[in-house]
Amino acid sequence: MGETKSEVFGNYSILGKAIPRVDAKAKVTGQAKYAADFEEANMLWGQIKRSPYAHARILNIDTSKAEKLPGVKAVTTGKDFGGFKWGWSGPTRDEEPLAVEKVRYQYEGVAGVAAVDEEIAQEACDLIEVDYEPLPGVFDPFEAMAEGAPLVHEGRPGNICVEYHWNFGDVEKAFAESYLVREDTFQTPRQAKGYLEPPAVVAYWPDPDRIVYIGAKGSPYFPYRILARCFNLPLSNVRIITPIIGSDFGGTKNDMTPADFSAVMLAKKAGRPVKIVTSQFDTLTTDLRRHPMWITVKTGVTKDGILKATSLKAVADGGAYTRMSPLTMFLVGTCMTLPYKLPNFKYDAYNYFTNNPSSAAMRGHGLYHSRFAADVQLDMIAEELGLDPVEIRLKNSIPNPKSGKIYKTVNDVHVATCGVQECIEKVAEAVNWKARKKKVEGYRAYGLGFAAATYNSGTKLSAHNACAAIIRVCEDGSVNYLTGATDVGQGSDTIMCAIVAEVLGIKLEDIDLKRVDSAFTPVDPGSYGSRVTVHAGEAATKAAQDAKNQLLEVAAEQFGVKPDDVDIKDKKVFVKSNPERNMAWERLVRIACYETPGKVIIGRGYSTQGISMYGLADFSKGVGDIGTNYSFTAQASEVEVDVETGVIKCTDNNVIAHDCGFPLNVQAVETQVQGGSYHQGISAAVYEEFKMDSGQTLNPNLVDYTRPRAYEAPMTQVIHVITNDPYGPFGAKEASEGSCCSAPPSIISAIHDATGVWINDLPAQPEKVFWALKKKREKGQK
Amino acid sequence: MKGEMKELKFTVNGKPYELKVKPETLLVDLLRQELKLTGTKVGCLDSACGACTVNIDGKAVRSCSVLALQANGHEVTTIEGVADGDELHPIQQAMIDHGAIECGFCTPGMVMSARALLAESPDPTREEVKEAIQGNLCADAGYVKYIEAIEIAAKEIRGGK
Repeated sequence: MGETKSEVFGNYSILGKAIPRVDAKAKVTGQAKYAADFEEANMLWGQIKRSPYAHARILNIDTSKAEKLPGVKAVTTGKDFGGFKWGWSGPTRDEEPLAVEKVRYQYEGVAGVAAVDEEIAQEACDLIEVDYEPLPGVFDPFEAMAEGAPLVHEGRPGNICVEYHWNFGDVEKAFAESYLVREDTFQTPRQAKGYLEPPAVVAYWPDPDRIVYIGAKGSPYFPYRILARCFNLPLSNVRIITPIIGSDFGGTKNDMTPADFSAVMLAKKAGRPVKIVTSQFDTLTTDLRRHPMWITVKTGVTKDGILKATSLKAVADGGAYTRMSPLTMFLVGTCMTLPYKLPNFKYDAYNYFTNNPSSAAMRGHGLYHSRFAADVQLDMIAEELGLDPVEIRLKNSIPNPKSGKIYKTVNDVHVATCGVQECIEKVAEAVNWKARKKKVEGYRAYGLGFAAATYNSGTKLSAHNACAAIIRVCEDGSVNYLTGATDVGQGSDTIMCAIVAEVLGIKLEDIDLKRVDSAFTPVDPGSYGSRVTVHAGEAATKAAQDAKNQLLEVAAEQFGVKPDDVDIKDKKVFVKSNPERNMAWERLVRIACYETPGKVIIGRGYSTQGISMYGLADFSKGVGDIGTNYSFTAQASEVEVDVETGVIKCTDNNVIAHDCGFPLNVQAVETQVQGGSYHQGISAAVYEEFKMDSGQTLNPNLVDYTRPRAYEAPMTQVIHVITNDPYGPFGAKEASEGSCCSAPPSIISAIHDATGVWINDLPAQPEKVFWALKKKREKGQK
Repeated sequence: MKGEMKELKFTVNGKPYELKVKPETLLVDLLRQELKLTGTKVGCLDSACGACTVNIDGKAVRSCSVLALQANGHEVTTIEGVADGDELHPIQQAMIDHGAIECGFCTPGMVMSARALLAESPDPTREEVKEAIQGNLCADAGYVKYIEAIEIAAKEIRGGK
């Protein structure tokens, strides 16, 4: 029972198999240190004072009572930061470390306190007196766009945060020529990132001009740059140390929080280390969320269901600050031309500032919204035309380009490998799609839904994209691997060690990975956009090859042959033309390091593949590649609908086929795909949503805010589809975010299959399903 | 205003302790901050996520939902006390071998819930496994491999039967 053996792919020593994670033992024994587990001598505890108002002018902040409380060692307000503003990119710096003149969302930070313990720090926060002038606010994009609406940011008329208008081909002409044109509106929920580990930070100043910051950041070089600018220090004096991270999923653990800035400022003022651990309440009320989005899709098809044109309009609630909204809105549009052939495409994007907590990147970023809407609509079209959901997907899907060829979309997205057809076929076969039957057992109705999706991998943005790696071969044959890339749980540390060991021809356990410490590791953009495996994997390959080449030269000299006649495998160095002549890896390394004058073997490499191809995407025009390559997914989900209560439950009949190019760590790909599907996909479709009232989060705890639990978890089966992408390391593409995009449409289609109702507005929580079923019954009676 | 320090006698991972604690101190805070056993995680402090699960007299208990003084006279086991020296518990080994662990933040709690289950029910059904860890939220790994790993460990403990 339960023993599923992983498959083996390719012909490698280490890769393409189930590789136990290098950090698993530390994690399973409680030895792994997360940010909140760090302590420094003489350390203080910090707390953040937050605004009760969602929109208010700050008239005065009086910290005098707090400062006098025994045990308080430092107090900070936004004024200490001298007008410093920050943001996701240069032109979008619209946020202060702590609000100075105005708060724009409820519980925005206005002050910070450091004290000898957490309770005194909290008591001191309560003693800080803030005079506010409450302002009328806007709490959804439709309020925000109304004529004369209050402005979230003065100088940003109409509360417009991001607006794009793209037009490819001739959409109107294609609609006129279509046999059927449908327009449907869908809605995606305001969703928490869902990491269990609340953000935490320990900061101190070892010298008056040096910062040490230990924090839960998936993109540690964001705080590296931001703190240097904020405190006017050279980058060389900002040291970011990355602990083990309890998940990220984009947003808050990419960039900064009021607690991050406050910890550093309070440590400076107090001259002592300061630790701030965010509570789950603060996490759920103030951390970045998935954009709620209203998506209108108009699609024209031929009589046979061939897609002719799509016009997409997305209206998003961006929240109080810009953050990553420009990227979000680009991603919503860019992959509408995947995984199906689409010759004409129009996109209008509107993202509005509101007085809600800011929205930002989240697993499945952007594509999740539009792929959900378009894929559910495809089922609506299939139903109207009397076509089978699998058949309509197969006939529209992009075929895998022949080796060396590129498929180019109408908006200049380049795809070298596309396994979507194989994914669809394999899933249909696995669930025996053709033989499926509707099933009703008493009050329970069962239905099966189908979906396909895509996700960009090896994301590249403007500015710095490259990832670098350094290999240090120690004189005893052990190896240090220094990377700028950060593992937030996806398993990249293991993959990188595996790649290095594979290339060097040694064992996984010979590699010791050094997590990011900006004092020693090379700069890197961080963990987002499924970029790590593709870019860091390329860097790791090159760095290992560089070190290996240096060693092969020494070996060639020893054997009296040319370097290309020597290789290393299973820790044995041998002459390729005469493998009898060989020596142990350790011996070669020792000779290299000690033979006069003695070498220091350091390999280095950095990624160029993604960046050198086809240039960068143009957000305003909507052309070009955001990804280095693209993953593809198909999924079938069965649901059980309680037709009396509207409760939806997934059954174990849930299958995903994922084209990740080549599964470097077979087990990790499966866990990633199962997790992405359930936690951020099915969850958005069935369980999760923040309930809001005038900017206030009404369910800010993990009881009222429903996260998916083991009891309801489908035992999702994962099928690997191999396409060996030429732009990924060893053929790899992303494995995680695609499954967040195929799960919601497959669930909504399954509910429809079971009951005949369409739930266009996620999540399909019981109340919503109950009313939809009641309405359908009443309609039937008339 | 706050109550005076009270005496607490209990064992943690087999080691006896005699401490003075504030009555309002939560067990999780005592374990993490006083005893420096940081393997037990704090996710929510609402008894909702299960990251702080420990075993008290072998039962799975969320250490944020009990006061330290409630452990008086009891045996507490945390994740640090599960392995026998270098020898991992079969649950730990199965979670590693089966690839169940991703970010690992829920892992200590998962292990403690599973340990309590298998101590009481060595041959659990899949439903029982799911029920035993339903108080443990995971954020990224999708539960499938955790459930399978616990089943593998159960079989291993039963001697492969």
